[in-house]
Formats: sequence, structure tokens, C-alpha cells
Amino acid sequence: MLRISLDLHDKIIAHARQDHPDEACGVIAGPLGSDRPQRFIPMENAARSPTFYEFDSKEQLRVWREMDDRDEEPVVIYHSHTMTEAYPSRTDISYANEPGAHYVLVSTREPDTTEFRSYRIEDGEVTEEAVEVA
Amino acid sequence: MAIEVRIPTILRTYTGGAKVVEGAGSTLGELIKNLDAAHAGIGDRLLDGEKLRRFVNVYKNDEDVRFLGGLETPVADGDTVTVLPAVAGGN
Repeated sequence: MLRISLDLHDKIIAHARQDHPDEACGVIAGPLGSDRPQRFIPMENAARSPTFYEFDSKEQLRVWREMDDRDEEPVVIYHSHTMTEAYPSRTDISYANEPGAHYVLVSTREPDTTEFRSYRIEDGEVTEEAVEVA
Repeated sequence: MAIEVRIPTILRTYTGGAKVVEGAGSTLGELIKNLDAAHAGIGDRLLDGEKLRRFVNVYKNDEDVRFLGGLETPVADGDTVTVLPAVAGGN
């Protein structure tokens, strides 16, 4: 299960809405081993595309180092789908390389409601999990 | 002194859990070949034939090697090489 604060939940949605129709992406860091997402880090989508996202490689190095220095890890890795449902695509699954992370997907295809779902992706296998916003 | 290689979580199964290993070589390609000799299988996760895999980022110090010369990038003792799986996807 993913436990996330309302504030962080809303920040993900705001980022996704802001970048729509392109996909938005980012990370929420938390203390190592805590499973608590705490520090919101919106990332640039280097692909700037409505159908693809990719972290900018330089920005990723900087952010990953910073997490390392602060004894944090990527607790949540999020991105948006702007035309399809909030479910991991085949591409999402094949590039998912953080088995410890909660992969959050939001869908901005409907203008008034934003789907918000979370998954574990490990060895190509997707497991949806409950989301508790508190 | 050697070349320090920083290994991401997903590849630490090849390094017995080690986050940092040492390597040698005069180019990135050589370094990866030597790494694979010491940690069998890791080379295949970094290379697609004779090229770096598209969704693996490799940095020499602070620079993405794609902008330095790829596998031909010169490396030397004292350099830090960092491997990070790209974070990417799409619908």
C-alpha cells in the first residue's frame, strides 16, 4: 500500500495538469527504508511528449546524488498519461528499474477528474496497490 | 588508485550487494569489459552488442558519456563512473 499526504498527492496532480498534454514526471524522495514519501521533486520530461517521458540524464544524476547524500531513496516515481488510463504501459514496465519504488500513474485524459493509482513493478510484473491519502 | 564505479540498486545482484566497486581500463568500453570479468553478467546489462544500452545512463564524473564519446570515452585512475538506469516510459 502507498501512504501519501494529501499535499503531495495534490502536487503530483497539479504537475500533471500543468504539463498536459505532455506527460509529466518526477520523484518523491523519503528516508531510506522508511517507505514514507516526503520530498517532492518534479523532473523535466526530456522527451516533452504526450506519449513518452524520460528524465533528463543530467538532472537525474544531480537528484540521485542529492538523495544519496541525504540518505534518501526514490519512494515514489510518478508520471502522467494524458490520453490513456492510469495503468502502466508495456514501455513503462520494460523500463521500470526501481523495484523498491511505488510507481504512481495519473491520467489527465478527463478534464475534470484525475485518476491516481499506484503500482509495484518488479521483474516485468505489475501489481496494483491501494493508495491511502492522509 | 583505481576507477570508482557506482552501481545502482538494480545491478547490485552482480556485485554481491556492493554499491561501489573498483575497475580498470583506459576507455569506458575496456572498463566495462573488465567489470564483466569480475562481476559476470553486468556487461550484458550495460551493453547492447557493441553499444551502450539506450536506457542506461553512464556518467564519467559529472558528464553523461553519450556527450563524451560513448564507449570510447577515456577513463583514468581517480575518475568516478556512475551507472543509473534511465527513468522513462510512455503510453
